[in-house]
Amino acid sequence: MTQTTERPAVNLTQKGRGVVADRTFWIISLVSGLLVLAVLALILFTTLREAWPALSYSGTDFFTSSTWVPNDPDGDGPLGPQFGALAFIYGTVVVSLISLIFAVPISIGIALFLTELAPRRLRAAAVTVIDLLASVPSVVFGLWGIIVVGPALVKVFSWFHHVFGGVPVIGSVVGEPASSGRTFTTAGIIVAIMIVPIITSITREIFATVPESEKHAAFALGATRWEMIRGAVFPHSFGGMVGAIMLGLGRAMGETIAVSLTIGAATQIVPNIFASGNALPAVIVQNWGDPGVPPGRSALIACGVVLFAITIIINYAARIVVRRAEIRMKGAAA
Amino acid sequence: MNRNVLSRRLLVGVALATLAVAGCASNDPEPTSTSAGASEFGALSGSIKASGASFPNAFYQKALDEFAKVAPDLDVTYNSVGSGTGKKEFGSNLVDFAGSDSTVKDGDGPTPGSYLYVPTVAAPITVSYNLSGVSKLQLGPDTLAKIFGREIKKWNDPAIAADNAGVTLPDKNITVVHRSDGSGTTNNFTKYLVAAAPTAWKLGSGDTVAWAADTQAGEKNTGVAQLIKQSDGSIGYVDFADAKASGLTFAALKNKDGQYVAASLDGATSAVAGAEVKDDLTFNPLNAAGATSYPITAPTYLLVRPAYTDATVGKNVKGFIKWLLTDGQQFADGVGYAKLPTALQQKALAQLDKVQA
Repeated sequence: MTQTTERPAVNLTQKGRGVVADRTFWIISLVSGLLVLAVLALILFTTLREAWPALSYSGTDFFTSSTWVPNDPDGDGPLGPQFGALAFIYGTVVVSLISLIFAVPISIGIALFLTELAPRRLRAAAVTVIDLLASVPSVVFGLWGIIVVGPALVKVFSWFHHVFGGVPVIGSVVGEPASSGRTFTTAGIIVAIMIVPIITSITREIFATVPESEKHAAFALGATRWEMIRGAVFPHSFGGMVGAIMLGLGRAMGETIAVSLTIGAATQIVPNIFASGNALPAVIVQNWGDPGVPPGRSALIACGVVLFAITIIINYAARIVVRRAEIRMKGAAA
Repeated sequence: MNRNVLSRRLLVGVALATLAVAGCASNDPEPTSTSAGASEFGALSGSIKASGASFPNAFYQKALDEFAKVAPDLDVTYNSVGSGTGKKEFGSNLVDFAGSDSTVKDGDGPTPGSYLYVPTVAAPITVSYNLSGVSKLQLGPDTLAKIFGREIKKWNDPAIAADNAGVTLPDKNITVVHRSDGSGTTNNFTKYLVAAAPTAWKLGSGDTVAWAADTQAGEKNTGVAQLIKQSDGSIGYVDFADAKASGLTFAALKNKDGQYVAASLDGATSAVAGAEVKDDLTFNPLNAAGATSYPITAPTYLLVRPAYTDATVGKNVKGFIKWLLTDGQQFADGVGYAKLPTALQQKALAQLDKVQA
């Protein structure tokens, strides 16, 4: 017979160490969450305050005008500096779009290859190589861009211009390439290479969570591999894929050094993607050391505020898109 | 232990080794010379810091290397961050002295009366070009203004041909190269154009100007030099030291006296000698008079405080700058800068004596 010991009655309302630990955990989590919000709010507030002189000097022209004259063009005469950042907003948008056009198909392709098609042994090696791509510094990409990629792409751009230049609408998009090779497209391609690792690794993780049962069900119904991917993998992963693309887009819009070196630093809004341009983070880093006539420094900080605002708007729009798509694809389960 | 764990540990090992090597590398190089050197400087000790213009940076870094041999106990650092940031840091008391290519204006940082100018060196800004088949080019200020203002777009334009009798100019497009970043070099180049071609040059002067969209931009003097080198038919402005280092050809410019002078240190010294020096020691050698003056010579100054609250810092700053203006000037030629003419050097030393430490 085993000896039964009297077990003391457990008092669930008694204060013990567990309660203290629970409370502490709750407080730490709350503080961490609030800290993130506080930092964001602080960044927004302080940059707005620094940017205010330029914004009040230029008014709404800052967002609608593409004239950026950072000096006093006629000395003591009536003209003063003008700050219109529209050309830089245009440049940021164009470079980000081009980089997405190149990066998204490649990243999703790599992720699908790694999850569906690759033999197991190849997977680990491929993942290592792609993560290695993510660790190459931005400035190295920029230098490679202006020394190797830019000059090499000039011939490719010239060919496109030659062949499609005459076509009515597309012709203005593939105009005369800048002879240095530093163009919207070159910057877009370099940035695309930089965001491929981010989009690939997140998308790969998302694809790995697709339940095998759904994939097998598709195969059982007679689907080919591509039809299975379209029917079982994509709908399940749509939210995650858009999230990954948004992360890549955020990196692309904020990419500073690589873009500043390869975009050609010309202030213009042209449909020609083979022309030089400038982007918001690039103009900040180029002119920060010598911002020129006041409120030049303020104007650069205002560019940063605009970039911040664009990023927030795009992230918010992405959330709405994902929410709508998930409701449509998953129905009641969303 | 499977392959994944092994490769991961290897990676960690390599990373740690790299960190260890980086940590072991010493930050401050030991002074190599043990000889006495000029004993008045040898007694200085402490550390002072400065920041500012990148235009004279090559000279200052060479000077710092040489000064470390003469005054091994005094640690001087100069950060080449740009005249604008240098002036701001000087105004906020973050540095002990600052380098600037341009004079202090409202909003730059230092309040009036809180600084003194000490000129240090001058250097020519070359107009470098790359045009196959043309090894000698002469340009007058109006032509130069129209080229950089994109009114003249081809090399065989009659205005350029008028300046170059006897030279066959090809029918090629001109590619204008300028700076993408704000710079004292752009400031001095555009100030020259405003002074020498006031009607032809329309963009004003400044650290950055609104260049036409069909021009190309490079980062820093070396970036501009690289762009000029790589496209045939390009022209741009590069400081003398970088143009020589990149092996560029420069144009001879027409100076105020009507002579075509190529960029050279003698031309720069002549321009500084012919420049009017104001009471606060700012001087303008741009478009200076003198038959052998090179018209685009840029001055550069160090900003010092009239009185230093910390006596050691003040003594050290005065000591270093005095060396720079005397023994240090001999190193200017080697790195592509023109030393100050004697008259200006004496005025600079007198100005330095006014600093109370």
